Amino acid sequence: MTTAAMAGEQTDKAKPATMAQALGRALRDSMAEDPTVHVLGEDVGTLGGVFRITDGLAKEFGDDRCTDTPLAEAGILGAAVGMAMYGLRPVVEMQFDAFAYPAFEQLISHVAKMRNRTGGAMPLPITVRVPYGGGIGGVEHHSDSSEAYYMATPGLHVVTPATVDDAYGLLRASIASDDPVIFLEPKRLYWSKAAWSPDAPVEVEPIGRAVVRRPGRSATLITYGPSLPVCLEAAEAAVEEGWDLEVVDLRSLVPFDDETVAASVRRTGRAVVVHESSGFGGPGGEIAARVTERCFHHLEAPVLRVAGFDIPYPPPMLERHHLPGVDRVLDAVARLQWEAES
Amino acid sequence: MTVQELPGAAAYRPTPPPAWKPLTDPAPLLPDPEPYRVLGTDAVADADPELLLRLYAELVRGRRYNAQATALTKQGRLAVYPSSTGQEACEIAAALVLEERDWLFPSYRDTLAAVARGLDPVEALTLLRGDWHTGYDPREHRIAPLCTPLATQLPHAVGLAHAARLKGDDVVALAMVGDGGTSEGDFHEALNFAAVWRAPVVFLVQNNGFAISVPLAKQTAAPSLAHKAVGYGMPGRLVDGNDVAAVHQVLGEAVARARAGGGPTLVEAVTYRMDAHTNADDATRYRGESEVEAWRAHDPIQLLERELTARGLLGEDGIEEARAAAERMAAGLREQMNADPVLDPMDLFAHVYAEQTAQLREQAARLRVELDAEQGQDGTSGAGDGR
Ligand SMILES: Cc1ncc(C[n+]2csc(CCOP(=O)(O)OP(=O)(O)O)c2C)c(N)n1
Repeated sequence: MTTAAMAGEQTDKAKPATMAQALGRALRDSMAEDPTVHVLGEDVGTLGGVFRITDGLAKEFGDDRCTDTPLAEAGILGAAVGMAMYGLRPVVEMQFDAFAYPAFEQLISHVAKMRNRTGGAMPLPITVRVPYGGGIGGVEHHSDSSEAYYMATPGLHVVTPATVDDAYGLLRASIASDDPVIFLEPKRLYWSKAAWSPDAPVEVEPIGRAVVRRPGRSATLITYGPSLPVCLEAAEAAVEEGWDLEVVDLRSLVPFDDETVAASVRRTGRAVVVHESSGFGGPGGEIAARVTERCFHHLEAPVLRVAGFDIPYPPPMLERHHLPGVDRVLDAVARLQWEAES
Repeated sequence: MTVQELPGAAAYRPTPPPAWKPLTDPAPLLPDPEPYRVLGTDAVADADPELLLRLYAELVRGRRYNAQATALTKQGRLAVYPSSTGQEACEIAAALVLEERDWLFPSYRDTLAAVARGLDPVEALTLLRGDWHTGYDPREHRIAPLCTPLATQLPHAVGLAHAARLKGDDVVALAMVGDGGTSEGDFHEALNFAAVWRAPVVFLVQNNGFAISVPLAKQTAAPSLAHKAVGYGMPGRLVDGNDVAAVHQVLGEAVARARAGGGPTLVEAVTYRMDAHTNADDATRYRGESEVEAWRAHDPIQLLERELTARGLLGEDGIEEARAAAERMAAGLREQMNADPVLDPMDLFAHVYAEQTAQLREQAARLRVELDAEQGQDGTSGAGDGR
């Protein structure tokens, strides 16, 4: 594990930076700009978080702005609700995806609903950062993809970056949002690097837009977060088979960018949704249904899904069999050469 | 083989563990074994007569409010009403002990506390009437929404109090919870956070004997609910919850302590729920009339009325005046609640996000079409304000 450099050390333009550094920088810049931004969670202070995302924040802004809390997720998120009620902008770190579950009651009954319950009188600008997904060799309860639970809860925004730029830009936008945002951090991309400079202006895109990461003509891969690099690699490999694949990075699961996705599928006529979380009841089913409703007459084949198996997340020595990789994506692409059974 | 026979045993000297001492001395945190009382004791001499009269008027009004709201459920004007009859002393003291800048975090049973704090009686009933969830702006009144999921409002009170202190405001949050609610995880997490952060919070447990049908003995094995405070490092206080002067005094001390930076307090008020859990509950299935009778003899209004009368502070006129004021409130409430609320179905989509998502815009448009079709059919408007 590379330890993220202290936020602020990286000043050279276009020097390679990791996603972890970009996230730390986004927190730092948000806190510097807005004194109401407070970071709280387990080990976020002295340690800088187990992934070092909050490294240096307590030193720079003090324990009151970057607070080590008692070990209690419902308490952390519940306290954040009260803080937001008093005009602060709490950014909560959940240590790992599966350890956010004790906080679900607070999330679903209060964070997601306060604006609605109070007829718009009391919005809650809370950002909940959740490192999610597998591929890092974590033992039990350290690799869940919990996005479907969040997506099924009206009142939350659900955002997930796949690039270093987006890690910075989307986190800034999430903290600035007047609505609660579940910010899903693909933990296996924490150490992915890109030429990036915290000093170069990063355009902060509004939450809710998808982007085409690779243009193509013969089919669309619809994906997000940890599966984006898989899809880009698959697209390169597919060239040999004569497939020119378009890759759409959703960036935001709620709100969902129907327009960008449907426009792409109308162009290509074929689509595969790729994600790590289990397929049954997962995000892919929702996305496939939306695409089918909008693009039925343009589709040359059913919308396919490549997802994790419908099993509890497997032990690290078996996780590579569970995670959708390039081969499974290519296999699905081959099945897009679809002929109706007679 | 005995210890003596172990090779080298004679030479072995265990290393003592590093010095340990408790973080906090538990003794001052422990509640007195008897619930604190003022009425009918010598302590009453210290009570402010004006305050006692004010509390009396509010108790009488509160009892009438509970009766009126219960009647409104029978007329179908309220979906449900969890009455606080018998518990008015807790409700009133909680509301009156706070300054305007302080915050109240009520549970679903605490409508009366919200009203006593100054909330419009009809707005306070929005949730229970069913025309929306919360009918008021929490920031304007500094009253959090009446909370239905048990104990989940307690960490909010802690977070708010903590935020206020960070901002340098001497604001106190008072959070109310039932005896059943003290078993929920959120209760424990809130108390722990409050103590660690020394947040200016007062937790008021109304121990009214039952959580729906489950008696306290099946809820906890602790000596008292106030004893739970010690484990978190805050003082626990036991008070007679039907003695409004005592509840007001104990809460007052806790609020003052919190405001001065002394941290949180857990107050257990021992009281009794005279009515059923809600109008939909049948209390005869889990408790006998003799138990209810015993508590009827310890009625919070009568306790105070007798005290005030004996001390010559209250006469027939004063009693009549309080009752008449309560009647006026009830008549106003009846009248306002008998008018049908004007609802706009388009509000379903208005308060989900700051900016409507494309998905919600689409769904709103579909509802709009349905409403317009309805209007075409029966000539009435589907939407209240014609939006
Ligand atoms: C989390 C949660 N679980 C269950 C319920 C259903 N419920 C409503 S009131 C109640 C009993 C609460 O008892 P207590 O805390 O003693 O408060 P009281 O009703 O006596 O005021 C229950 C179980 C709920 N509202 N929230």
